[in-house]
Amino acid sequence: MSEVIKLKKGLDIRLVGKSETVFAQVALPELYAIKPGDFHGMTPKMAVKVGEKVQAGGVLFFDKQRPEVKFVSPVSGELVAVNRGERRVILEVVVKSDGSKAEADFGKMDLSSMNRQQVVDKLLETGTWTYFKQRPYNVVADPSAAFKSIFVSTFDTAPLAPDFDFIIKGNEEYFQKGIDVLGKIAPVFVGVDANGSSKAFSQVKGATVTQFKGKHPAGCVGVQINHVQPINAGDKVLTIQPQEVVAIGKLFATGVLDFARVVVMTGSEIKKRGYVRTVVGAQLSTMVNGNLESDNVRIISGNVLTGTEVKADGFLGYYDSQITAIPEGDHYEFMGWGMPGFKKFSASRTFFSWLTGKKEYKLDTNMHGEHRAFVVSNELDKVFPMDIYPEFLFKAIMAKDIDKMIQLGIFEVVEEDIALCEFVCTSKIALQKVLRNGLELMMKEVG
Amino acid sequence: MKALRKFLDNAKPKFQEGGKFAKFRSTFGAFETFLFTPNETNKGGVHVRDAVDLKRTMIVVVMALMPAFLFGIWNTGFQHFRALGQEATATFGDIVCYGLATVLPIVVVSYVVGLAIEFASAQMRGHEVNEGFLVSGLIIPLVMPADVPLWAVAVATAFAVIFGKEVFGGTGMNIWNPALIARAFLFFAYPTKMSGESVWYGAEQTVDGFSGATALASAGATGATGVSVEDAIFGFIPGSIGETSVIAIALGGLLLLITGIASWKTMFSVFAGGIVMGLTFNALAESGSFLDENGVVLKGYEAARNLALLPWYEHLVIGGFCFGAVFMATDPVTSSRTETGKFIYGFLIGAMAIIIRVLNPGYPEGMMLAILLMNTFAPLIDYCIVQRNISKRAKRVKIKA
Repeated sequence: MSEVIKLKKGLDIRLVGKSETVFAQVALPELYAIKPGDFHGMTPKMAVKVGEKVQAGGVLFFDKQRPEVKFVSPVSGELVAVNRGERRVILEVVVKSDGSKAEADFGKMDLSSMNRQQVVDKLLETGTWTYFKQRPYNVVADPSAAFKSIFVSTFDTAPLAPDFDFIIKGNEEYFQKGIDVLGKIAPVFVGVDANGSSKAFSQVKGATVTQFKGKHPAGCVGVQINHVQPINAGDKVLTIQPQEVVAIGKLFATGVLDFARVVVMTGSEIKKRGYVRTVVGAQLSTMVNGNLESDNVRIISGNVLTGTEVKADGFLGYYDSQITAIPEGDHYEFMGWGMPGFKKFSASRTFFSWLTGKKEYKLDTNMHGEHRAFVVSNELDKVFPMDIYPEFLFKAIMAKDIDKMIQLGIFEVVEEDIALCEFVCTSKIALQKVLRNGLELMMKEVG
Repeated sequence: MKALRKFLDNAKPKFQEGGKFAKFRSTFGAFETFLFTPNETNKGGVHVRDAVDLKRTMIVVVMALMPAFLFGIWNTGFQHFRALGQEATATFGDIVCYGLATVLPIVVVSYVVGLAIEFASAQMRGHEVNEGFLVSGLIIPLVMPADVPLWAVAVATAFAVIFGKEVFGGTGMNIWNPALIARAFLFFAYPTKMSGESVWYGAEQTVDGFSGATALASAGATGATGVSVEDAIFGFIPGSIGETSVIAIALGGLLLLITGIASWKTMFSVFAGGIVMGLTFNALAESGSFLDENGVVLKGYEAARNLALLPWYEHLVIGGFCFGAVFMATDPVTSSRTETGKFIYGFLIGAMAIIIRVLNPGYPEGMMLAILLMNTFAPLIDYCIVQRNISKRAKRVKIKA
């Protein structure tokens, strides 16, 4: 049996709005977009002009510094818009589908006869190289680098997260094939849920399987890396999610790159929750229009801790398998600090809700307070199951002390690993932003 | 509520940038956020947040201080009538009225002076007004003797807030506990107002045979605390306003521990340190450490020997030991911020408090100095703990290489 790692620290935020494991029927939208903002450390350069035709799997844009890293269109159709933000930064590259199937045929290939370089070249050619993220920094991987390992977490412990055991059904052999492909690049490590998980995950061949038991963030791949084979200065490690592994597996097994993705619609403000078969970068409108409880709702591509706020006509994030809708919290509360708080969720026991047992909460986006300096100690540590002192790391980042950041382990963390710290922070400090600033400084100064 | 909200919404633009009263933005903000939790939503990071904020945290601490505060009011009156020899005839109402009349002005002075400085410095820096003083403002009166002059409270509070906190950048940045800075300031600047026999009960004339000395002072002088352990636990003894009743403090401590606001690690190890050091001194004194070869007490060590012989459990229930352990050592800002560090920090506070009490009876209250001393060393403790993590990580690289 594989090793079981028990994590004591962490926190499960029990939200109203979990989806049953059933598929909901939702029509595919017309528009699809790739958002360069989903990829850190990359400057996009357009390969097609607005109005031109693109094929599914055809290049939309590439990385200016590394032109071999291509970002491809998930559907065939026409490039209808390149939406830009401040300083003409590209926000969305929008493709209008012609209605044909979202897949591209790259021809049959024989994995057993391919060497590492040929595999990497194939991934680059098909645009699937962008399915990987590289640590440190959580950036699009450098194809010329040597990687110490590849980590796959096969379960998500975030609030209302999708159940990958359910999503993977029917694609078990492609997952295995995908792991075989990854094995050509670097040793593969798979993290599975100790509380039972699909055999496709727990009995996968060609990878080191480790079981994890614990609350969120036990399912975060960064936490798993930290416990299995921590990242040292100079190491480069790849991470990839199960659905992307399946897509790569299918590509190498059949030659067809399938852009289909299963996404779960969750949250207290979604009327009809469920799993949806859609496509990478799909517009959310067909999923959320008419499916929301009220108008004053925040729609999130991803989960409530790390997701991105999107409009109802916005697009699914590149790496996201979840949509969450929760009430906006733009309201005042009279003497909120003094109320007994039976309905308020807190990791501390300062509200009476801790007496009411394991009920589910309907949380909104209110900050519940104002920004302050660090005061309370040991609250971040309690939800951060890594051998790192989070508060000291954050203070080093705020002081821009690069040596200290490295010493305290900044290479080992990305935003999702510390999102819970931001959730529980009494002083309401934007810790994910602090960490991203620190990582960006590191990229610039250390590389 | 709606009318109040409407009034605030109407007034708000005047206090925002470009408004008529833009200068008083922080003051307005403080009152507004006191009345209403802001409508601010999460942007760019997590979308939901824990319901707790600093206001809630501080209010819970204030609640935890209430038993000690209320008991302090009663005890102030009780000690007064006891000094007059009237404790049998004075009614509960008399006692509480006297207590209120003495304690409330001190609380008011402390809050008014402290908050005025907090508001002013927030204004100057363009920051929000921080909640930290809600707690400090109540702790300061509780560590003062009942007879302390109001001007002294004002001076001490001003000193503590300005030099103990604001110069470092406000709540969260300070090195020493502000309330203890206030007490230490008065203790060294105006010792006659802060200690001795006559500052605890507010009476010029006392009945014959009355001693107003605190248990600690009389233990040093005579070898006996002069009070029963039960009285010390209930708190019917002279002392600073909030520090006397172990039961009242324990109630507050319980609330802090249940809500998880105070660290049990710090609290536990302060008591552990006190007990270990108390037992050590008991053993030393019994083995003749303070005696010369003829068995006579060494000159100048009489008080030290008396205090060293005091049973360890009496050390814990008299003076400010409990109050310090529960409310001041556990201040997260000035205490050690690593979990292992909290054990070391707490243990040394407890041990140092007893060492100072015994070996330097000139300072009858060792707790204050022990906490201030360990406040100073808390960052060093943390440094060592964090350094261990750093070298572990560095070693990992070497093993690989």
